[in-house]
Amino acid sequence: MIEQLPVLVIVIPLMAAPLFVLIGNRKLVLLLTQLVCWTVFGITVSLLSRMQYGPISYELGGWPSPYGIVYNVDYLSAFVMLFVSGLGAIVITYAPKSVEREVHHSKHSLFYASYLLCMTGLLGMCITGDLFNVFVFLEISSLSSYALISLGKTRRAPLAALHYLIIGTVGATFFLIGIGLLYQMTGTLNMADIASRLQAVESSRTMLVAFAFMTVGLFIKMAVFPLHTWLPNAYTYAPSVVTCFIAATATKVSVYAFIRLIYVIFTPQFAFERLPLDSALMAFSLVGIFVASAAAIYQTNIKRLLAYSSVAQIGYMLLGISMSNVGGLTAGITHMFNHALIKGGLFMVVGCFALRIGSLKLEDLRGAGKTMPLTSFAWVVGGLGLIGVPMTAGFVSKWLLLTSALSLELWPVAVLMLLSSLLAVVYIWRVVEILYFSPASHLAKTAKEAPMAMLIPTYIVIGSTIVFGCWTVYSAGIAHAAAESLLGISQMGGVQ
Amino acid sequence: MTPENLIWIAMLLPLVAIALVFIIGEKSPNIRESCTIGIAVTLFWVTTRLAGFVFSGGRPSFKMGEMLPGFEIAFTVEPLGMLFALVASGLWILTTVYAIGYMRGHHEKNQTRFYACFASAIFAALAAAFAANLFTLFVAYELMTISTYPLVTHHGDEKAKKGGRIYLGILLSTSVAFFMLAIAWTWTVAGTLDFTPGGILAQPNIDGKISDFQLSVLLGLFAFGIGKAAIMPFHRWLPAAMVAPTPVSALLHAVAVVKVGVFSILKVSIYIFGIDLISETRLGEGANPIMMSDWLCYLAGATILLASLVAMTKDNLKARLAYSTISQLAYITLGAALATSDSVIGGGMHIAMHAVGKITLFFCAGAIYVGAHKTNISDMRGLGRAMPLTMGAFLLATLSIIGLPPGGGAWSKWFLALGTVQTGHFWLLAALMISSLLNIAYLIPIPIRAFMTPAGEAPMKFKEAPMMCVVPLCITAVGSVALFFFGNEIYDVLLPIATSAR
Amino acid sequence: MTDFLGLYNYWIVIFLMMTGFYIVIARENLIKTIIGLNIFQTSVFLLYITMGKVTGGTAPILKGSHSGESHGAESHGAESHGAEHGQELHAAAEGHLDSGVEAVTEIYSNPIPSVLMLTAIVVGIATTALALALVVRIREEYGTIEEDEILEMDRNS
Repeated sequence: MIEQLPVLVIVIPLMAAPLFVLIGNRKLVLLLTQLVCWTVFGITVSLLSRMQYGPISYELGGWPSPYGIVYNVDYLSAFVMLFVSGLGAIVITYAPKSVEREVHHSKHSLFYASYLLCMTGLLGMCITGDLFNVFVFLEISSLSSYALISLGKTRRAPLAALHYLIIGTVGATFFLIGIGLLYQMTGTLNMADIASRLQAVESSRTMLVAFAFMTVGLFIKMAVFPLHTWLPNAYTYAPSVVTCFIAATATKVSVYAFIRLIYVIFTPQFAFERLPLDSALMAFSLVGIFVASAAAIYQTNIKRLLAYSSVAQIGYMLLGISMSNVGGLTAGITHMFNHALIKGGLFMVVGCFALRIGSLKLEDLRGAGKTMPLTSFAWVVGGLGLIGVPMTAGFVSKWLLLTSALSLELWPVAVLMLLSSLLAVVYIWRVVEILYFSPASHLAKTAKEAPMAMLIPTYIVIGSTIVFGCWTVYSAGIAHAAAESLLGISQMGGVQ
Repeated sequence: MTPENLIWIAMLLPLVAIALVFIIGEKSPNIRESCTIGIAVTLFWVTTRLAGFVFSGGRPSFKMGEMLPGFEIAFTVEPLGMLFALVASGLWILTTVYAIGYMRGHHEKNQTRFYACFASAIFAALAAAFAANLFTLFVAYELMTISTYPLVTHHGDEKAKKGGRIYLGILLSTSVAFFMLAIAWTWTVAGTLDFTPGGILAQPNIDGKISDFQLSVLLGLFAFGIGKAAIMPFHRWLPAAMVAPTPVSALLHAVAVVKVGVFSILKVSIYIFGIDLISETRLGEGANPIMMSDWLCYLAGATILLASLVAMTKDNLKARLAYSTISQLAYITLGAALATSDSVIGGGMHIAMHAVGKITLFFCAGAIYVGAHKTNISDMRGLGRAMPLTMGAFLLATLSIIGLPPGGGAWSKWFLALGTVQTGHFWLLAALMISSLLNIAYLIPIPIRAFMTPAGEAPMKFKEAPMMCVVPLCITAVGSVALFFFGNEIYDVLLPIATSAR
Repeated sequence: MTDFLGLYNYWIVIFLMMTGFYIVIARENLIKTIIGLNIFQTSVFLLYITMGKVTGGTAPILKGSHSGESHGAESHGAESHGAEHGQELHAAAEGHLDSGVEAVTEIYSNPIPSVLMLTAIVVGIATTALALALVVRIREEYGTIEEDEILEMDRNS
């Protein structure tokens, strides 16, 4: 049983989803979804706790690698899976009341089935060691998230989902083209195998093209500026629960895939020395951070504001990755985790507002600090995390990023990074002032505090941003181990 | 109890206070406030115990553990921090008593939040005072900004919102843009952030890693990054914070918040750069190379004069006091920038002297507001007859702020003046003198006018503010004079921070 | 010239790819956009199938009798390292499938790309189905499937 854990992570939710469609009873489906999510979370916890004995490699169906599909669990994948499944579980615990209000009753069981499929896809992208499998899981998660987004209440939701679908499919297809070219050059789809064979063909132009296609494909999925245009609408019009989950996890998993691409399949030497990808990434990240943060300042819808902030935050992760040293990579991976918590928590707060106030326009949220004090306070704490105030998770990643930028003597990057975090102060505090210091709008005046069933999960996530701001053994510590093993692997690849 | 335990007990106490305040809440204000006072008294007792150890040469330290890999939260108590902690915790008792009188006399809302935030600000002040490294200091510094924001915006109206915006905007942006960068830079250069006697940047292994000019830039990042020290042009937050209720202005914007700022600057100057490094590093070539911190000295000097001049134009008493505070804070920054042993001791002393003096003035301003509902100086004619105790206290504290004997401020200013002479900055000596004259010009007329001129309309009856307000301000007024007679003791206590540098 | 003609199916792939991509970008009609997306995806299917084809190769079906000794392919697999182009990939495929069989002289096409494309086609169909379903909903809500008109209506509302 224990040896089968890596595959159970995928199989359980994958099998459960179609089952739910057949069951159709929404109460039962909800209960089972929660059960499945928490089970998967338990499995990922136990996988991560096993990491101290070295990485796990699971051969699917007993077919030996590199012929069969391999599931690899190492620090990085276990860590990413942990927070994906953890947030998946906590968001689904938070979900019922919100889904009740925002999704039509007849669609509930389909909703939960899609939710599980989305989580399956994301987990699969993390665990699989087969490149084509990555594509398949990417599409599973994407297709289910298009469906989830289209379930939003407003009529704009389907269009936002369709836009995401078109751009997302183009991105995924780009990724597929890249895989094809890689396969053509190496004759294998196993990531480790590709890496070991790349040496011979590294200088060919086909490799460059393959790398470019895969990078652009993933950039689209990550919503890197300027390929982010699908994200704000998709996040804004999706049901609150979906936004919580997707915003917290989906882009991070793409970042994860990108890290794998650079550090496991190709080498940093290839990506950063032969190609000037590091400086390009830095430029894109910084411009993206500034433009998206500035855009966030001018938003009038709180969800869209956070969506733009997400685009900006992706920039910080890429900034860390582009530094290609242990410090930078640690910062990037830590920020994936921290930002997942912070953004997940903030979107959960937004879900509470959506439930009680019914509108997400900033003008309708005026004065909600008095009628919904706990929800509003959660916003303040989460917002402080996003700004990166000490004792919050955001500070940890910002500090790691800053110190590694300085140790590489990247002065402009360090300064710009700090300045950009001031923009976060503006957009977060704008909302805080609206919540606390404005005369109440008629919607906020009559609003009640959000139900405990939603507040408690929200506070667990928001509280954990504080916990992981003060105690980083299991965030930055694991990220550090992951970064070291990633760089270790790529160095070994260089020696072979 | 070992001194190590006293450290964490001292820092735990305000947290206990926060918890108690929230648990008791609005249900019974009396119990809530007596809890706060009880804890404040206990805290003061604990800090005096701790001071006994520290002033006799002990350097107890306490490690919380690593917050980030390589960056730990740790506390070590040295005399400067001990003095600051003593002042902050001692004045917390008085301010709490005063706040009870003020907040009730004024029927303020959200008192639970008020007392809780107050306690968390004290926690942050203690954490900063005891910080063993720059990282811990930074965390405490930011914590203080955040925890005092609800206090500044306590009234929750449009004015409070604006004030809060400036307050948070300036303090957060300077600390993030400059302070954090400076800390990270220091770390990359020195590989450590621990406060070390003699300065970590003066250690032999640093040689060549950072040029003299870069050192000067780094000092600039620190000086501007520590926005709480209110050096011009980053001083606007302090007047803006005056929208807060007066007890907040008193404890936080005369003692805790601003003093954390100048305390950090002193700490940076003494333990990060080392005063020898600052005074011996010269920029430029030729016969008269300038000191690397010269520009900061002159900036501080300019702040001293300009803020005093602005203070003269203010009719609102709290605004005038705010600008006076900016001017007085620059004295301490000047002490740090001059970097002689006398000047840093003078700066350290001024933290205590100015704290006691200025809190008295703020208490008086609040008492006048509660008792006579006056905020403008021009309306305070003849008020001395109605509120003789308040105005008497005001006069005593004024002496200390100006630096006239028998006010405690005389000593600190004396040592600062010595520092300017030792380093040959005679223009700055002149600035100090002129500033003292300006202090006289903008502070003395207030009590004089209150006592001497007859009231405009109907003669005023004796009507002091509530006892809860008047008693604390009398105590602090007496204290500001008493400190004059303890000048020697404070000097002795602070001497190790300047000599250990050698 | 022979290079040019010899790679003619790649040229077709590129032509289809660009056509599809252009349609996705340029068309306002949502259905047409989806068709463009389909063409785009199809071009990738062709790309894969092209790369699996070995000149003169037949379908990789094992002929003759052989024992059930299945995948003991390690020794043969090692030989296939360094495979650089489609033409040589049959070695790998061969290595997988019929170790234990006597040396086979027949040339096979590489089946793996085709197999991969089966999956990709399924994904493509799912995408198209979902997209069409979304278009149906959009049409229900807005009464049109012209994107510019929809955006116009959104702006006015």
